Amino acid sequence: MSSSRPTAQAPRESKRTSPRMRIARDTPRPSRARTPSGPAPSARRRPGRARRVASFWPQYLAISPFYLVFLVFLLIPIVFSLYLAFTSWDGLGAIKFVGLQQFRFLVKDSTFWLALRNTLIIWVLSTVPMLFVSLVLASLINATRRFTAFYRIAFFIPSVTSIVAIALFFSAIFSENYGLVNVMLHAMHLPTVDWLSDAWTIKLVIAILMSWQWTGYNAIIYLAGMQSIPPELYEAAKVDGAGPIRTFFSITIPMLRPIILFTVIVSTVTGLQSFTEPQVLFGSSASVNPNSGGPGQAGLTLILYFYHQAFDNNNFGYGAAIAWAAFLVIVLFTAINWRLVARKDR
Amino acid sequence: MSKRTKGILLHGTLMIGVVLSLFPFYWTVVLATNNTSDVYHNPPKLIFGGQLFTNISHMLSNIDFFGSMFNTLLVAVSTTALVLFLDSLAAFTFAKYDFPGKRFLFGLLLLTFMLPMQLALIPEFEIMVKLNWVGDLRALVVPAAANAFGIFWMRQYTSSAVPSELLEAAKLDGCGFFRQYWHVCLPIIRPGLAFLGIYTFVGAWNDYIWPLIVLVNPNRITLQVALAQLNTAHGADYSMIMAGALLALLPVVLVFVLFARQFMAGAVKGALRG
Repeated sequence: MSSSRPTAQAPRESKRTSPRMRIARDTPRPSRARTPSGPAPSARRRPGRARRVASFWPQYLAISPFYLVFLVFLLIPIVFSLYLAFTSWDGLGAIKFVGLQQFRFLVKDSTFWLALRNTLIIWVLSTVPMLFVSLVLASLINATRRFTAFYRIAFFIPSVTSIVAIALFFSAIFSENYGLVNVMLHAMHLPTVDWLSDAWTIKLVIAILMSWQWTGYNAIIYLAGMQSIPPELYEAAKVDGAGPIRTFFSITIPMLRPIILFTVIVSTVTGLQSFTEPQVLFGSSASVNPNSGGPGQAGLTLILYFYHQAFDNNNFGYGAAIAWAAFLVIVLFTAINWRLVARKDR
Repeated sequence: MSKRTKGILLHGTLMIGVVLSLFPFYWTVVLATNNTSDVYHNPPKLIFGGQLFTNISHMLSNIDFFGSMFNTLLVAVSTTALVLFLDSLAAFTFAKYDFPGKRFLFGLLLLTFMLPMQLALIPEFEIMVKLNWVGDLRALVVPAAANAFGIFWMRQYTSSAVPSELLEAAKLDGCGFFRQYWHVCLPIIRPGLAFLGIYTFVGAWNDYIWPLIVLVNPNRITLQVALAQLNTAHGADYSMIMAGALLALLPVVLVFVLFARQFMAGAVKGALRG
């Protein structure tokens, strides 16, 4: 060993020879005697470090349940599903590796493209008006002094109610013959609409359902953001002679940008994963064609299609491919929205 | 515009919003307390009727409502208890202790927010097959026993609510790590636990896609799955269906209204930091 290189050599050698280190830990003296300059210090440091790490066992024990659950029920399944996307499997027989075949099929599968289109249309129909109404609601509540607590509770309740119960409610009021909406249209001498049969009104009903559930939640979050805007800003605007509309667009919106970004991202991720709404709304046709998304499959969303392929048809390989495609769509639109919202202030 | 007309306009607009927001609950009660032919009546009945118990008994003959409600209660309570304990313990550790690898492990935890659960569903189902938990309520509780959101939220709460000096003092008195958590941290973070507990309970109560997949035994399902079956089997009897929906909604809405103030404060805090 030349004297110019030990520092470069020592760590490499100690890393490569882990069995020797175990011996070194058990009998430190001979190893130190044999190699006084090279790996000895690091060999001595390692057991010290291991002992130091081990001394934190209560902390590691305290956080371990989460990582165990994460590993077994999230990380390993996700990695395995990536593998499944390149196989053909019905859940019972042998797993057959088929390469890109599932994705090749997916690209040509018109039902997949229909589901993608449906998902995007429903998402736009619900998210855009919802976040706008939420902003307006929040600024209205922010302007009140009385009944504020009541308003907050009344607007927030929809977000804690079960989607299944609400979907049942929507299928009742939008039903063709005796649903409340059509009865009211009839009473006003307007033509009634087959809400749950037409391709566009199906999407509209699902979008209304989603908006009903999340408008108040977003409004309460905006409200909290508005209340943390320093009042001096508004006073300064008043002094400068800015009206309420001008103030809203020049102060409130820019100050809320991080919160708006948060709500846009959450609405994108949850909106593109809609499943329960169409699944329950069109559950009554389940015996004919389970989880097909209603007449003309107009309510078929990506996750509903995934569920249908995986758990009705037992196409686990193709189901995994759809799930990954849906994930890529979500990542893509989250990134686009992120750039759109974050860029506005430049 | 005078201040008075302005106020009337403001509250008037907000009241329209309130009506839209609460109308489904009102109409659910109307449907559930009248019989279906009354609802089909033209003009429809807009007030509560006296048929609630008839509708409920119809509903009970169609699904095992109380059995599935018991299952849901069992799942929601045990999930909540586990989450409260495991999340607050992990949060305490991340908030108040330094240990090797802490930054990496917490970064990993934040990363799990971005992993959508539908990617895991098929293999997770296969894991349940291997564990022989398909159709078993354990399949719902165990994967939900600890979660990233709860740890993240409680860590923020713990680091500002629990003074480090108090922990130092406890340490001098000979309290080890777990006794510090149990005797010092837990009593202080109770208000935070209230939020996380309600949040977890409501989430477990309303959960749908995973129970739908994994509870294959029709005699052992949760309330939401049973409720969805009402629609599948009996598409036209809305009064009966909405009686079921009403009973299923009621517990969660009551819990929410009772703790609304703390709950909303907690939810907003989570969102603003996220």
